[in-house]
Amino acid sequence: MRRLNQRQRALLLLLLAAAVLLAITLAGALLTGRAMETDFSRLNLAPDLPYLFGTDWMGRDMFARTLTGLSLSIRIGALTACVSAVIALVLGVAAALNRKLDAVFSWCIDLFLGIPHILLVMLISLAFGRGFLGVVAGVSLSHWPSLARLLRGEVLQLRQAPYLRLARKLGVPRRDLIRRHLLPHLLPQFLTGLILQFPHAILHEASVTFLGFGLSSEQPAIGVILSESMRYLTTGRWWLALFPGLALVGVVLLFAALGEQARRLLDPSSIHQ
Amino acid sequence: MKHRLQFAGKKLLRMALLLLGVSLAAFLLMSASPLDPLQTNVGQAALGSMSQEQIAQLEDYWGVNTPLAERYLGWLFSALQGDFGTSLLYRQPVLQIIGERLANSLGLLLFAWVLSGILGLTLGVLAGALRGRWPDKLVRGWCLLISSTPTFWLALLLLTVFAVWLGWFPSGLSVPIGVEADSVTALERLRHAVLPALTLSITGVSNIALHTREKMVDVMESDYVLFARARGESLPAIVLRHGLRNVALPAITLQFASVSEIIGGSVLVEQVFSYPGLGQAAVTAGLGSDMPLLLGITVLTAAIVFGGNVAADLLYGVVDPKIRRGAAKA
Repeated sequence: MRRLNQRQRALLLLLLAAAVLLAITLAGALLTGRAMETDFSRLNLAPDLPYLFGTDWMGRDMFARTLTGLSLSIRIGALTACVSAVIALVLGVAAALNRKLDAVFSWCIDLFLGIPHILLVMLISLAFGRGFLGVVAGVSLSHWPSLARLLRGEVLQLRQAPYLRLARKLGVPRRDLIRRHLLPHLLPQFLTGLILQFPHAILHEASVTFLGFGLSSEQPAIGVILSESMRYLTTGRWWLALFPGLALVGVVLLFAALGEQARRLLDPSSIHQ
Repeated sequence: MKHRLQFAGKKLLRMALLLLGVSLAAFLLMSASPLDPLQTNVGQAALGSMSQEQIAQLEDYWGVNTPLAERYLGWLFSALQGDFGTSLLYRQPVLQIIGERLANSLGLLLFAWVLSGILGLTLGVLAGALRGRWPDKLVRGWCLLISSTPTFWLALLLLTVFAVWLGWFPSGLSVPIGVEADSVTALERLRHAVLPALTLSITGVSNIALHTREKMVDVMESDYVLFARARGESLPAIVLRHGLRNVALPAITLQFASVSEIIGGSVLVEQVFSYPGLGQAAVTAGLGSDMPLLLGITVLTAAIVFGGNVAADLLYGVVDPKIRRGAAKA
């Protein structure tokens, strides 16, 4: 087989990670019915065939529950990462172009970073009445500061770039300046930032749900599964916590790999390092 | 000296303003909540069987009908006088609860903060100095794995292994069950704190190590290190003489920035270990719509975080003579 170069390898890895994540999402969505199914003839089975991850105290198949939970996590993660990335883009660019806004912006960021992250997500989730809406609002409204700061710095640097100064001197209207010259240049940074928010978003969704501020306990979310498993750990049902958690770590690692490969593809200079 | 004081004064003023902002933001978020504190705590069935007067009394107690601005200003003025109100769930002054809980958490937080700082710095410097070799790969892989692991799951894992299987440590609480508060020995308390503190330390390491590594890599590629190499200095000497000094500033920033992360982590860890600390109180207050308590905890943790930032800013001057002189000139 012909040896692939770095770029092709990165692309291959990216596609592979994306395919696995997509498969998990679809499989989880299809298995939702099975994840809720209780069967009292198969209570508390240790992991074995046909129940790879064992069953819980209501005879529910933990494998199906885990996949469904992961699927839910990935979908919420995608939604919240997109929302917070867009917030970051709008606020970051606006702050860089307007001095008055900038002062307010940096004050707000300091304020946001002053409250420990998980506490902030809890507070926002409370404001939206917990549940699905609470999680989505909490995670997406609290993740923008770091990316917004990055984009703001980028725009401040870009403003001094010769091609932008030239365009301004040529009388290109401000709106066209932003749309045709600034935003395309920010796109790689934005996309990388967006994908790198996924792991954080997923982890925080799971954490907040685990604490009871997120998805309701009827839904087979990873946070709910792990929080329920806590009651059965001391009686030796280790599989209830081990496999769902491991699977979640796997998904987060996949997203991190996805982001890393995307960064290498979008930033051509770093691929040869 | 005068300039240093001015600098510190400015920082403290900014901190006070930010704290005000935090309290207002937290207050607004909590009052925006559509969750009815009566339904959460009293329950639908009990409410149904109560008379109108009883319900009105309860509404008064939970402050449902007082206007927003009045409530916030009232809270603010008494808070400035050192009265953070009374917790609605525990029926004790908020400050007293926070004091008790903080006393439980403080050891945990400090231990994890110091240990993760030392470990993170060591691993980061090691990885940066040996960039591309196996220790670097090991540290990076470990950090990636840890930062992808949910804190609470790591806590669950340690709990299963060390408390349930091996039985080395108790599986929860901060003191043994069924023992009087006075007769609990320090050793017992320590045994209860080991697992939560360990979990917190492990999760705190990855961020510090990775960022220290980045800085160390920059230092190792600098001209002065190249020159030191040309003079024939050995790698350990370079790391000790040039590396450590130049990563000191970012290391201080990272160390104090990690305060917020450790407090956040303690919320999750304390929940898993049923450790009666500040984090657990925050969760209880949040789930039970106990506004004064949650507000007090939020403001206090924010004060600790901002205090950490100010301390870092002041420490720069102590560590770096350039900054000291720069501040004096400005």
